[in-house]
Amino acid sequence: MCGIVGLFLKDKSLEPQLGAMLTEMLITMTDRGPDSAGIAIYGGADDGAGKITVQSPQPEKDFADLDRELKDAIGKPVGMVIRSTHAVLEVPVDQVEVARAALAELRPGLKVMSVGDSLEIYKEVGLPKDVASRFELAKMRGTHGIGHTRMATESAVTTNGAHPFSTGSDQCLVHNGSLSNHSSLRRMLAHEGIYTETMNDTEVGAAYLTWRMKNGATLGEALEGTLEDLDGFFTFVVGTHDGFGVVRDPIACKPAVMAETDQYVAFGSEYRALVSLPGIDTARVWEPEPATVYFWNH
Amino acid sequence: MQRFDLEAQGLRALNAALHALNGQTNETAWEVVNPKGSHSIAVGLDAPIELTVHGSTGYYCAGMNKQATIRVKGSAGPGLAENMMSGAVIVDGNASQYAGATGRGGLLVIKGDASSRCGVSMKGINIVVHGNIGHMSAFMAQSGNLVVLGDAGDALGDSLYEARLFVRGAVKSLGADCVEKEMRPEHLELLADLLKQGEAEHLAKPEEFKRYGSARNLYNFNIDNASAY
Repeated sequence: MCGIVGLFLKDKSLEPQLGAMLTEMLITMTDRGPDSAGIAIYGGADDGAGKITVQSPQPEKDFADLDRELKDAIGKPVGMVIRSTHAVLEVPVDQVEVARAALAELRPGLKVMSVGDSLEIYKEVGLPKDVASRFELAKMRGTHGIGHTRMATESAVTTNGAHPFSTGSDQCLVHNGSLSNHSSLRRMLAHEGIYTETMNDTEVGAAYLTWRMKNGATLGEALEGTLEDLDGFFTFVVGTHDGFGVVRDPIACKPAVMAETDQYVAFGSEYRALVSLPGIDTARVWEPEPATVYFWNH
Repeated sequence: MQRFDLEAQGLRALNAALHALNGQTNETAWEVVNPKGSHSIAVGLDAPIELTVHGSTGYYCAGMNKQATIRVKGSAGPGLAENMMSGAVIVDGNASQYAGATGRGGLLVIKGDASSRCGVSMKGINIVVHGNIGHMSAFMAQSGNLVVLGDAGDALGDSLYEARLFVRGAVKSLGADCVEKEMRPEHLELLADLLKQGEAEHLAKPEEFKRYGSARNLYNFNIDNASAY
C-alpha cells in the first residue's frame, strides 16, 4: 500500500498555495505510507534557468561552497538554495548537462534527484508530516505537483527507494502497487544502456519510460507501453513540464480517485486526500478507468 | 433526529452508538455530518433505523448491514455495503470497486456509476445501478439480482452461478460461462419490481433490458478436459 496525491492548477491565483494544498493532501495519506514521503513540484518559471536538485546524506559538508566551485568549473553564474538534505542549483538552461558533469567530478557522493526547467524533487525517509516540514513544502509555490507516501514492499526503506523517481528532464513518476517482472526488465534495460541504482521496482518503471522516450516514444506512448510490458499492479502518476498524467493497470485494484473544478484537477489514492480542497463538495469526482492513459496540460 | 458530527465525535463513538441500538429502538432517524471520506462509517448495524450520511465516504461504508436503511449523499469508496444481510443502502453518487460484494440479502442502490467488481460473489443481495459498472462485475455471483441501467465492462458474470444479471446498455464482454438468456414474463415482472425498489422506475422500462446468466457448463467437470490439468 502507498498513497499518491497530485494537484494541477488551472486557476493561477492558487499558485502561491500549491505547496500548502499538496502538503495537507500528503499528510492525509500518512496511514497508506508512513515509511517515507516525497514531492515533485513544478515552479513553472520560464526564466531561462535550469534546475538541478541534488541530495546528500552529509549536506553541511557536500553543500559547503558548492555554488562557488560549480561557478568556477562551468564559468557561468550559479544559484543555490539549500533545503535540509537537498539543494537546488540554478544554472543557465543551456549549461545543465555541463553542470551535471561538473557536479559528478566535484561531489561524486551527491545524488541527482531531478533535472529540468521547473521540476524540483524532495524526498526522505520519515513520516510525511516530518518530511514536509524539513523541506518547508507548505511554503512552495508552483503550477502543479505530485506527492507520494510510501509503505515499502519491493525494496528497503531508504531515501533512494522513496518516490518520486525522475524519468528525464522535468519528468517524474510515482507508483502505488508492485511490479513483478522488474528483475528481468532491469537486465533488459541494462543491455540497452539504461542503468538503475536501487533494487526498487518503481525505479525500473521509471527507467522503462526513460528508455521508451529515448527511442522516440512520446510520454503518452511510453505510458501505453507499460500496459503491455510491465507485469504487476500499478497506479502511476507522472509529472511533466506542463501537466500530469495517470495510468492504472488493467486489473486496477490499486485505488484512485480524481476531482475536477474550474480551479484545478486533483488526484488522490482516496477521497480523504481531496476533502480539504476548495469547492470539493461541488467538484466532479470520478474514478479513472483501468488501462487508460489520462493527461492534463497547461 | 440524532445528529452525529463525525469530525468532532469520531468514528468509534459513531459505530458504538449505532451498535448499542441493537434490535429495537425508538431512535430511528440518524444523520452523520462531516464524513470527509472516512473509512468504515456505519458498519455492522443491526437495527431498523434510517441513517443519512451527508457527504462522501471512504472504504467499507455500511458493511455487514442488517435491517438499517443507510443513505449516502455523496460518493462511496471501495467495499461499499460488503456482505449485507438485509436492509438497504442507497448512494446518490458513484461507488468504487467491489460494491455489494458477497451480499446475502437486502438492497443496494447506486445512482451514479459503480466501478470494477460490483457484486462480486453476491449471494442473494439485489443491486440496482443507475449508471455503468466496471470490469469483472458479478464474478462468481451465486444468487440475487444485479440490475444495470447503463453499460457493463469487461468479463461480466465470469464463472457465474445462479445470480440474474439485467443490463440495459452495452456489455463490453461476457466472462467465462456467462451467456445472454431469454427474458420471460416472470423476469419482466421481477425487473419492474426491482426498478421500483431501486428508485429507477422513471428512468427505464423492463423491456429495455437484456438478461444474462450462467450457461452452467462449469458446474461439472468435463472429462475431455482432463489432459489440460
